[in-house]
Amino acid sequence: MKVFSIAFNTFRENLRDKLLYNLLIFALLMIGSSLILMRLTLGEFHRLILDIGLGSINFFGVLIAIFVGIGLVSKEIEKKTIYTIMSKPVARYQFLLGKYLGLSLTLLINTAIMAVGLLVVLYFQDVPVHAVLFKALGMIVLEFMVITAVALLFSTFSSATLSAIFTLAIYVIGHLTTDLRAFGQKMEGVGRAVLEGMYYILPNLDRFNLKGNVTHQLDVPAGDLLMIAAYGMAYAAFLLMLASVIFQQRDFR
Amino acid sequence: MSRIPSLALEHDVQIDQLRKVFKVGFWGRRVTAVDGVSFEVQRGEVFGFLGPNGAGKTTTIKMLMGLIYPSGGTATLFGRQIGDPVAKAKVGFLPESPYFYDYLTGREFLRFYGHLFGFFGTALDKRIDELLELVGMTPARDLQLRKFSKGMLQRVGIAQALINDPELVILDEPMSGLDPIGRKEVRDLILRLKETGKTVMFSSHILHDAELLCDRVAMIMKGKLVACGHVSELIAGDTTHEVEMVIDRLLPEALERIRPLTNKVVLQGERVMVVLSSQQSVDQAIDVVRSAKAKLVALTPHKASLEDLFIRKATGAQQSVEARV
Ligand SMILES: Nc1ncnc2c1ncn2[C@@H]1O[C@H](COP(=O)(O)OP(=O)(O)OP(=O)(O)O)[C@@H](O)[C@H]1O
Ligand SMILES: [Mg+2]
Repeated sequence: MKVFSIAFNTFRENLRDKLLYNLLIFALLMIGSSLILMRLTLGEFHRLILDIGLGSINFFGVLIAIFVGIGLVSKEIEKKTIYTIMSKPVARYQFLLGKYLGLSLTLLINTAIMAVGLLVVLYFQDVPVHAVLFKALGMIVLEFMVITAVALLFSTFSSATLSAIFTLAIYVIGHLTTDLRAFGQKMEGVGRAVLEGMYYILPNLDRFNLKGNVTHQLDVPAGDLLMIAAYGMAYAAFLLMLASVIFQQRDFR
Repeated sequence: MSRIPSLALEHDVQIDQLRKVFKVGFWGRRVTAVDGVSFEVQRGEVFGFLGPNGAGKTTTIKMLMGLIYPSGGTATLFGRQIGDPVAKAKVGFLPESPYFYDYLTGREFLRFYGHLFGFFGTALDKRIDELLELVGMTPARDLQLRKFSKGMLQRVGIAQALINDPELVILDEPMSGLDPIGRKEVRDLILRLKETGKTVMFSSHILHDAELLCDRVAMIMKGKLVACGHVSELIAGDTTHEVEMVIDRLLPEALERIRPLTNKVVLQGERVMVVLSSQQSVDQAIDVVRSAKAKLVALTPHKASLEDLFIRKATGAQQSVEARV
């Protein structure tokens, strides 16, 4: 219950943040502008519109996940709001979990709004909508949740700026892990071990990317979807646990 | 020192050899903010935690609230380890120069904190209205906290500390940022809490407030406890029995007869103020005043106060530091 109160308050904080509205409007404009682009490239327009639409939803969601995520905890410490909240009968892990769920809810609703925008565009352009589009949207939200957990983890022990850099790095590398591994397999000894290690430790974010399936109208079997979902949730849960352990140790000074 | 367990139960706060060492700067230079402090706060009393700026009051309180971890020693609230949620449920806390969620209105803010104690619904709303009334913030209940003045924040800060009807209230400088009327209101509030059987511990460097309110005080300087006990006892051990005499129209030659009896002479035009330190010198001075046909305007015993003790301890602490260097 306390976790949900904190989550709701975090959600409310996000709602009252102007930055979020700016990003949302920007993303909707971007999705809308694919209409204009489409006229230029006739043949492939279905594919293009889906590509730009999902790409925008992903890009702006990741921006929010990182830049709101890194401030979730550090802002509370900086502004000293943490002093009163931690003096209430709330455990530190409950606080972290509440902040995390609050931002996750924001991202979910944000994605839903952008998805509606995309569907409107698709409808007016007579682009057929398949179930795989919704599956892809679900996986995008899951990716946001993993990235939010990464941002939260970094922000429990480093400054906001460093957290942003680290999280951004993880996001970029997380989309390249398969390449990293392939690259490593051409190497010997330490280099290979390091790249292999990175492949297993870093989140394999490309697994959440179903854009190709949507543009090519290839459905994803439920079993695969379940595996990806389980992977994402387990990864986020692990990060949150790690964050809780670190957060439990620290002084609020 | 051994303590009788049954007696220990009467203590809402118990601090034993508490220490906090901060590492500061790039090289991790060590700063001892709290250095082996022990005291307890008894059930139902108003306890003042006094000391100059940088003495370690806030650091001690933050350790009590589980916001920072001690480097040594122990502390308990209601006989439970700090951080225990059962103990926290019975405590109200106002941090120093408080900051709150500035995007919330006064009412939303209090409601959120009520939820954290598991309070919901109309009972909570009623409690919030009462508290806003109590701290005089009813008119600002729907205003966002970002638009609050410093004193208004202090007031909602006090309201949030009382949301759970706590048995123990810990206030870090509750009077700071308040105007004289606000200070008086907080003093009255603290006394009202005491009347309803609550325990109040507050930190301050305004000794006058402490003297008016506290049953007992602890005085901390440079991280070390320098005095702890009942206000009256602490002052009694410190009395100087000085008397202040104000005289008008005292001729210079009469003044010269009084001067050897006094510690201090202050001339203000026609008026003379002298400080006398024994009953005998007071008697002699009065004789001189009478025979010189001067006018005795006032004769006031100089009351020993916490301030005298504070300043004496502060200079003592300063000297001991200099001696060490
Ligand atoms: N986060 C911190 N890092 C390093 N040193 C600190 C920190 N917080 C406090 N200190 C040091 O600890 C000492 C005690 O500080 P503290 O804030 O407890 O004093 P205080 O008694 O509350 O003073 P004031 O009356 O000014 O509020 C000071 O020397 C201060 O510099
Ligand atoms: Mg302080």
